[in-house]
Amino acid sequence: MNDEAMSAMQLSSVQLWGLIVLLSVVAFGLKVLGFVVVGGRRLPAMLERCLALIPASLLAALVAKDTFTSAQSLVLDARAAGLIVAVIAVWRRAPFIVVVVAAMAATALVRGLA
Amino acid sequence: MSADSSFNETERKRVVTASLTLGGAVGITALSFGLAAVSAGANVWQACALSFFTFTGASQFSAMSVVGAGGSLGAAFGGAALLAVRNFVYGLVLAGRISNDASGNRLPLFRRLVAAQFVIDETTAMTTAESEPRLSRTAFWVTALSLFVTWNLGTLIGALAGSLLDTRALGFDAAFPAAFAAMLPAHLRTRRGRLAALTGAVVCVALTPFVPVGVAILVAVVGVLFGVRP
Repeated sequence: MNDEAMSAMQLSSVQLWGLIVLLSVVAFGLKVLGFVVVGGRRLPAMLERCLALIPASLLAALVAKDTFTSAQSLVLDARAAGLIVAVIAVWRRAPFIVVVVAAMAATALVRGLA
Repeated sequence: MSADSSFNETERKRVVTASLTLGGAVGITALSFGLAAVSAGANVWQACALSFFTFTGASQFSAMSVVGAGGSLGAAFGGAALLAVRNFVYGLVLAGRISNDASGNRLPLFRRLVAAQFVIDETTAMTTAESEPRLSRTAFWVTALSLFVTWNLGTLIGALAGSLLDTRALGFDAAFPAAFAAMLPAHLRTRRGRLAALTGAVVCVALTPFVPVGVAILVAVVGVLFGVRP
């Protein structure tokens, strides 16, 4: 997020609570559906392959969104420096906290210099 | 190793230690979730409620990332719910291993509903890593409980810290892409996974100027179509 985006939160606190309740119910519902309701059955192979790819597609999309977009604009700012550092840290198999702190430090540094 | 009285104490300790260690590591991730959630506009209670009730990290990060960018409730919910679908698949995998007790009796429904809340990436990985049924159950429950404690405690501490600090000057918003980048490599081991990831990222960036905030994340799920062909 850059400056505009920091103040861009559209949801009121009540709506954010609504989102939390909705997401919690659906997340628990999906867990129960698989673990308790459907149980140890196998899904059709094609469906299994497609479902297994959801995290790859969405996590990569989220990386792109959180680095190169601000609301509906494409931007290149200090966050790109953070991502470069994060990718190097992930590449070097750094622990999660090192990846996150290094990315935050790089972003803060570039913002400070700008 | 067989599932009889030869059940090995050393093996049990190894599993417990590994599960507790993972719990500690995940607590650190939770710290960054707390910080990131507050920097995206949640208050401390909202960050904590997400960790307690939703209890599935990638979806929590995703929801707050879209909210912070100004996305609608529906867009924030959609992406997070899609990410939560993998817990449904994990549930299918774990049902055969966790639904019964040591003597093969089905656990009471309440116990199975409690167990369901703990069906996530980490518990699935730890449980399926053990082939001996009792070790498998130990791995599930120790990982589940240690993770639940550290995830919620870490979120509380991170959110409290975030609410006291100038989150933007300190670059806390950069915690989001860094966290997603750190979660990604496990899904890039296959060619299919890499194609799906590349498609997701390209579709998201290409659509961003033309659709409401957060909707590009939803459409990026077309990357899963690389799974259609065997």
